[in-house]
Amino acid sequence: MAQIVLKQIEKSFKQEKIIENLNVTIEDGSFTVLVGPSGCGKSTTLRMIAGLEQQSGGEIWIGDKCVNGVEPGKRNVAMVFQNYALYPMMTVKENIEFGLVNRKVPKQERERLIKEITEIVGLSEYLNKKPQALSGGQRQRVALARAMVKNPAVFLMDEPLSNLDAKLRHQMRTELIQLHKRLGATFVFVTHDQVEAMSMGDRIVIMNKGQIQQADSPMKIYDDPDNVFTAQFIGTPPMNVIHREAIFPYMEGQLHSDIHQVGFRPEKAMMTMEKKPIAGCVQFSARILTRETLGAEIIYQLEAKLGLVAVKSFLKPLEFANEVQISVPMKDLYYFDHEGKRARQYERSEERELVALGGGYA
Amino acid sequence: MTTASKSIVRVLNVTAMLVLVAIFVIPFLWMISTSLKSYSETVIFPPKWIPSEIMWSNFAAAWNSGPFLKYLMNSVVVSISILLLQFTTITLAAYAFARYSFKGDKLLFGITMVTLMIPGQLIFLPVYLLMSKWGLINNLLALILPFSSSAFGIFMLRQSFKQVQEELIEAARLDDAPEWKIILKIMVPMARPTLVTFALFSFIAHWNDYFWPLVMTTSDAARTLPIGISKLREVDGGAAWHILMAGNMILVIPILIVFSFAQRQIIKAFVYSGVK
Repeated sequence: MAQIVLKQIEKSFKQEKIIENLNVTIEDGSFTVLVGPSGCGKSTTLRMIAGLEQQSGGEIWIGDKCVNGVEPGKRNVAMVFQNYALYPMMTVKENIEFGLVNRKVPKQERERLIKEITEIVGLSEYLNKKPQALSGGQRQRVALARAMVKNPAVFLMDEPLSNLDAKLRHQMRTELIQLHKRLGATFVFVTHDQVEAMSMGDRIVIMNKGQIQQADSPMKIYDDPDNVFTAQFIGTPPMNVIHREAIFPYMEGQLHSDIHQVGFRPEKAMMTMEKKPIAGCVQFSARILTRETLGAEIIYQLEAKLGLVAVKSFLKPLEFANEVQISVPMKDLYYFDHEGKRARQYERSEERELVALGGGYA
Repeated sequence: MTTASKSIVRVLNVTAMLVLVAIFVIPFLWMISTSLKSYSETVIFPPKWIPSEIMWSNFAAAWNSGPFLKYLMNSVVVSISILLLQFTTITLAAYAFARYSFKGDKLLFGITMVTLMIPGQLIFLPVYLLMSKWGLINNLLALILPFSSSAFGIFMLRQSFKQVQEELIEAARLDDAPEWKIILKIMVPMARPTLVTFALFSFIAHWNDYFWPLVMTTSDAARTLPIGISKLREVDGGAAWHILMAGNMILVIPILIVFSFAQRQIIKAFVYSGVK
């Protein structure tokens, strides 16, 4: 069992408080992604779990043990660093072996483990090479092998894919997901890339300014964001969030005074040429500024009276007209209060179907 | 720049370098040449570069003029002991200065740096008195202990320890490596170019040191090569230059061997440090 529990964690550097009252439970065997903009405290949180950083207050539990005063090497965790942090003067084999030697694993056992692990990550031919003779992807695999060979209960990964090129990153993502399934260990993965978070995690913890904004499954976060930050952080392009004054004239019915902002996902907006009223929709006209053709989908940046709006369409021909009509169903609107929190009680979401990214309106 | 002016610059460059090389190499060659001449050839004018007869016997004469085996052994023991002691102390000190912040670290490092500015001639008297109080005069320890650490070495090594990525140390911590192993297996190999360079400086300085052994010793039993060789000058009827130069060759050859070895190591070490 290696559930990780952070209880009232605080962290300050000198006078500055980076993290305040952080409480989160990372379930055993989950693939949890900590995601947020830079400086949000996600890496610090990971490093505190690893023991590389001492928290200023609170408790960290790994499994059924409070690890507050425990050395990093004794926490039964392994970490993969962004720049891999391979020992440059050691061969691939020595790199993988280093942790085992320190744990006084007998030689025969070490040889067996190294053989087994290097076959999994496909490094058998490179055992006697130095890290600098390897490509980025291979180094990444060495770093993974070094972590795996210790058979830890928890894998901590600090942006391990960000030094790889796009294609390799994609491939490694899939490999990591498979690896997680195979090992069944708890993975904690830090990234600033929301796409990476969505595609890899079975649980996402969104952080901003040292605080957890929302912790949930990827689809739950996408469909049911708790606040404006989450709504805009997850999804490409981000959710359109418009001030009440700007959108009110286009809406039917009343808007409760608690509602400060109104949002809708770019793929929920319908784009038409002719002006024809559709019941239960917010409608406005807009001018197309840019068209991003991504193949199956097209993203339009539009300028309307109520502000700049992004609209995403699927499997439809490119729209060349300058002026278009935008209609957004009322049931797809998200309401936020003055503090940026969701005001769910005023939404007409009971009609909303929880559709995945590819949903949309044909 | 035109090709003509380019080649002029090149010619000037090469000429300047040749002059520099000559300044360093000619005295050296002159030493080799003199060490192989007979006495009469050392004093003839105009001087001759190539001796008419190669006198290997000069080396034997120099070697047999005193307890040279003893001198050589003393030199070896002193230089190597100093080196080993310095490696131990500067590695530990540099690691502490580079990687830890503790109370008074800046002050201690400042004091360490200040010692660089104090010449040995200024402190030899108190050190002599100390050694004499400990009864170490005419003991090799008096030649070794005062050099058991090096501020210069601490400074150099601290700089290269500071350049080691923090993540490497963190990775080692997560690999359950004890502190001594982090120093020995991660930091020291990463700082190899610095250590080799420092070793070379230190070895040459203490191998050639004349002043300190002269002050601290009075008997041949504890004297080193440079003193033995300087005694070759004290021959009746003027200096026997050919013997003296043969003695100098005996002094220099070990350094040449060490240097050629270290040079290869330095190049190798620089290739090692290509981290990314």
